[in-house]
Amino acid sequence: MLGEIVKGLRTTFKYLFKKPVTVQYPEVKRPVRERFRGRHELKRFENGMERCIGCALCAAACPADAILVIPGENDPAHPNSPGERYAATYEINMLRCIFCGYCEDACPTNAIVLEHQYELAYYDRKSAIYTKEMLLVPPDKGHGEIPPILQELNRRPSPPAQIDL
Amino acid sequence: MSFLDIIILIVKALVLALAATTLFAYFTLFERILLARFQHRVGPNRAGYIPLPGGRKLLGGFLQPVADAVKLFFKEDVTPALADKWVYLISPAFATIPALIIWATIPLGCWPVGGDGALPVGGCAPVGGSNFLQLAEISVGILYLLAVTSIGVYGIAIAGWSSNNKYSMLGGVRASAQVISYELALGLAVLGVVMQAESFSTAEIVNRQWGWWFIIPQFLGFIIFLLASTAEVVRAPFDLVEAEQELVGGYNTEFGSMKFALFFMSEYIKLVAMNAIAVTLFLGGWHFPGLYTLAQFVSANAGQWAGNAVFGLLSLGAFLLKVTLLSFLSVWIRATVPRVRYDQLMHLGWKVLLPMALFNVALTAVLNVLIPDNRVLSGVIALVVGALVIVGVAAVNGPRKPPASQVTLVKKSAEVVQ
Repeated sequence: MLGEIVKGLRTTFKYLFKKPVTVQYPEVKRPVRERFRGRHELKRFENGMERCIGCALCAAACPADAILVIPGENDPAHPNSPGERYAATYEINMLRCIFCGYCEDACPTNAIVLEHQYELAYYDRKSAIYTKEMLLVPPDKGHGEIPPILQELNRRPSPPAQIDL
Repeated sequence: MSFLDIIILIVKALVLALAATTLFAYFTLFERILLARFQHRVGPNRAGYIPLPGGRKLLGGFLQPVADAVKLFFKEDVTPALADKWVYLISPAFATIPALIIWATIPLGCWPVGGDGALPVGGCAPVGGSNFLQLAEISVGILYLLAVTSIGVYGIAIAGWSSNNKYSMLGGVRASAQVISYELALGLAVLGVVMQAESFSTAEIVNRQWGWWFIIPQFLGFIIFLLASTAEVVRAPFDLVEAEQELVGGYNTEFGSMKFALFFMSEYIKLVAMNAIAVTLFLGGWHFPGLYTLAQFVSANAGQWAGNAVFGLLSLGAFLLKVTLLSFLSVWIRATVPRVRYDQLMHLGWKVLLPMALFNVALTAVLNVLIPDNRVLSGVIALVVGALVIVGVAAVNGPRKPPASQVTLVKKSAEVVQ
């Protein structure tokens, strides 16, 4: 019995001098996985046009009914998006969203993408509703290809579930 | 005793009580950080720090106990509707007061004041004066310590009973049973020291350990005392009283806010006090090698008062250092050893520790009679015999596989069902 106790004490004592594995969160942030589903972003084309065409398929696909899309007609002189319509209002209620990514799958233009931002705390229910201005990426961040995160999803074989960070 | 003496005594008592509570607060931090390090974590490191140039932070988390206390003060104070109200309200005080007054008779150091004011030789017994660092020197200090540590269980028992909750009740009953069981072994372990020192006075016991700590002649007693005191203050691995998995929170389930904090406090103060008693009885109290020579040097160069002050502060430091080492040991054990089962607890208390303690008393008596003059020889004999007894008892009582007839394997039970 003494031998076991001494062995146990020695083991814990050895651990006392090892480096803690704790990540000091607000200062140090672990990188998330490539396929992590965080806050949504509304993407743009390379020329700065919005990808979203206001079709509301994402709202239809949403199992939590978190998305509100009100489409508007494009002004032919200054179109917001290629095609006839664009999303005049685009709101996501982050309190309802379950981050399932069905909106991503439903989108015909790859406009909505769940990105890596996960710090979504707010003080009241009103600020849980993310409007189009908050979700839309800046005009110079557009790209001609489908967004890289979606390319990653299409790549085969799929990346391993555990990536060493 | 003059009026001034009484004032000084009251101030000393207040300072000691405050010191004990502060010690508790920082012991919780000490334990949390150490436990975290034992488990590869960082521990509390946010509340308060000393900023250093270059953005570095020193002593991160040293205000954590303050933050905890503030949080507990602002918690809602609920009394269960069916609780026995007055008993319920009194029980935290019942638990805390004994934990605080334990400290009265422990000599925390040696600072001779009054009398001839000479530096202590061979112990702290100033002629005509007193020891400034001991609140109360009574001739039966050991009995006082034992009595007060046992009274603490009343707080736990009536807390469990008065909150009208079966889990609290079970926690309280467990606590009473456990404390009463281990008191015997504890008392007998202390009795060995009393026989060795031929005195019940704590100051005299410390004086007798000049250059010859009682851990050597009372090695067996020291081990028994460590085990029994851990059980007495219901601490891991003997913390069945608050087995969270079985009893929700134990006897303090129904207590919130500062009432809970008082129970928490009494537990930790008792733990540190038990360590302090172990230091007093077995590890030489405030004795430390070289202390006397240093004080003599200061006394010769800077006057007797300075010498006494240096000796007092350094002996206090030595005492606190030893208490810290024993506290480290209790945290270390908590981080290592899993909680025992109830039958194992009772087995250890009654069938192992009690006979061992009786044997220790007999051994001390025989050695004191056979070799009364040569303390080195008798001490070494006692040390060797004690170590042999511990190894032997551990070998006999080691973990053993139950006989095959008493074990039903899952595979077998499935066959039985078919």
